[in-house]
Amino acid sequence: MTTLTRNASPAQHTVRRPLKRRGQSDLKIALLFIAPAMIGFIVFYLVPTLRGIYLSFTEYNILGDPEWIGLGNYQAIAKDPLFWNSLAVTGQYVLINIALQTALALGLALLMHQVAKSTLVRGALLLPYLMSNVIAALLWFWMLDYQIGVVNQFIDWAGLPRTAFFGSEAWAIPTQALINTWRHMGYTALLIFAGLQAIPGHVYEVAKLDGASPWQTFRKITIPLLRPVLVLVLVVTVIGSFQVFDTVAVTTQGGPVNATRVIQYYIYQRAFTESDFGYGSAIAVILFLILALVAFIQMKFLKGNESDLD
Amino acid sequence: MTTTTSRVPLAKPASRRRRPFNPRRAGAWALLVLAIAVSVLPFLWVLRTALSTNSALASQSASLLPADFTFGAFLRVFGLQSPAEAVAEGGSGAAIDFWLYLRNSVIFSSVTTAGAVFFSAMAAYAFARLRWKGRNAVFSLFLGTMLVPPIFTALPNFLLIKNLDLLNTMLGMVLPYLFMTPFAIFFLRQFFLNMSREVEEAAMLDGAKHLRIFFQIVLPNAAAPIATLALLTFIGQWNEYFWPLLVGSQDDVRVLQVGLGVFKSQSPQGAPDWSGLMAATLVSALPVLILFAAFGKKIVNSIGFSGIK
Repeated sequence: MTTLTRNASPAQHTVRRPLKRRGQSDLKIALLFIAPAMIGFIVFYLVPTLRGIYLSFTEYNILGDPEWIGLGNYQAIAKDPLFWNSLAVTGQYVLINIALQTALALGLALLMHQVAKSTLVRGALLLPYLMSNVIAALLWFWMLDYQIGVVNQFIDWAGLPRTAFFGSEAWAIPTQALINTWRHMGYTALLIFAGLQAIPGHVYEVAKLDGASPWQTFRKITIPLLRPVLVLVLVVTVIGSFQVFDTVAVTTQGGPVNATRVIQYYIYQRAFTESDFGYGSAIAVILFLILALVAFIQMKFLKGNESDLD
Repeated sequence: MTTTTSRVPLAKPASRRRRPFNPRRAGAWALLVLAIAVSVLPFLWVLRTALSTNSALASQSASLLPADFTFGAFLRVFGLQSPAEAVAEGGSGAAIDFWLYLRNSVIFSSVTTAGAVFFSAMAAYAFARLRWKGRNAVFSLFLGTMLVPPIFTALPNFLLIKNLDLLNTMLGMVLPYLFMTPFAIFFLRQFFLNMSREVEEAAMLDGAKHLRIFFQIVLPNAAAPIATLALLTFIGQWNEYFWPLLVGSQDDVRVLQVGLGVFKSQSPQGAPDWSGLMAATLVSALPVLILFAAFGKKIVNSIGFSGIK
């Protein structure tokens, strides 16, 4: 990984010795070093965040000035069936995507840990993740085509009815979830695999000596020791999953009917096709709050910040 | 955290072949091979489709080799066919110029990567090696931006770029990424924290200034992590869709990912131009595939160092 080494000879002098001399801090030079990043942070992260919150309390269609309407947007959203639909659709997507992705990734990580630790195997599994969402979407849009897509050919040969993966309301969201599962499965597996590698081997040797079955070892040792990694992976993937947009925008554009109008696509439509920036910002604030809440619940509920490695 | 792979040392290399058959290991391998096939085979299918003609695709939809082998789809994607030829081969005949999109993608990704990595390295140095009041508070604030969903800042940023009159310019597209990414600062700070102080202190005694230390000692020493970060950032920027879609919707600044979406929506009457679309997809994936072929190990081993992107 890296050729840098931590100074490992405390005998010579204490490493943690402050670098400053004659009581001066490095504030001036630090400001110089941090200035470009600070400009980027303030202009493109901090101010937009505050401005986004402000806009959510306004009526703003880009032509005039934003007009303060207090909680007007939020009251309208509460009564907006399209909003509730987008929330339900996104929830369905997240459930399918995360359940499948996490189960498959955990399985793959365990398999790699058992029999194959080569870079080649990991590289092959990582390949889909290095492709853009757009590429993943188009590749499957072709392979899942109703008429001449290769998947439907197989389904046909197996004597089952052809499936309109993108065109039927029942299948549209599961299909989107499967595409993104395909893209993220290997990446998530590698994250979990890295966590498995960090578990000391002697723990397993002891379990073996005690005559624990593989299942017992998995239940009683692997999962508890892996918990911090699993929680981190879950938080990151769930937050990402809630923000699904690209694949929907390229394939179904929210359809058929409203079956794939996920929350981010709805924000995009309200703000950019209907020029309703206040309303779009208000939904974005709600999405932001949902994500913060989800992350908080996961950390609390799964005790992600505590390790059992003692 | 290290990700070097440690194989169980075997007595003799030759003994590997005489390992008794273990059904559990064989089963595990079979499942892994299946997962690898699912990950890799679609790309071969895309290649096979891109080298076929649309009319043959419809009739031989499951032959493994290209149906009626041709480079026509690639010619169409690069705008090298006349509209009449394109329509005859099942294309839309609409003007589409992937050379231009390719060039835009290269500019967009390289410029944002260079800026973000360099300025983030400077900031990471200040967060890791300099002592100043409020250092950790500011760093936490920077990291906090990782939690803000991109869509949330995209709306105000779009308005800002619009007010600056920079919509549909390359500058407007690169600006938000040019000065930092929270991930880059986080990533490099980890490395700078673990650098040996001795080098730095020796330089200090010489009366060398921080700027010189940074350029002559810190950067060269951190060449490996900086290269990894540049790779990851470049691939991420190459694949970016949402922001370029908002700000770069016109042809002259359109990047490949957005161009792909447009190509797909230009479906001709009846059947889509599948071979053309898959050729375009392949062209869009090619630079990343080349980087992966060249630096695969670096990329693979960086995953797991920090599970956040």
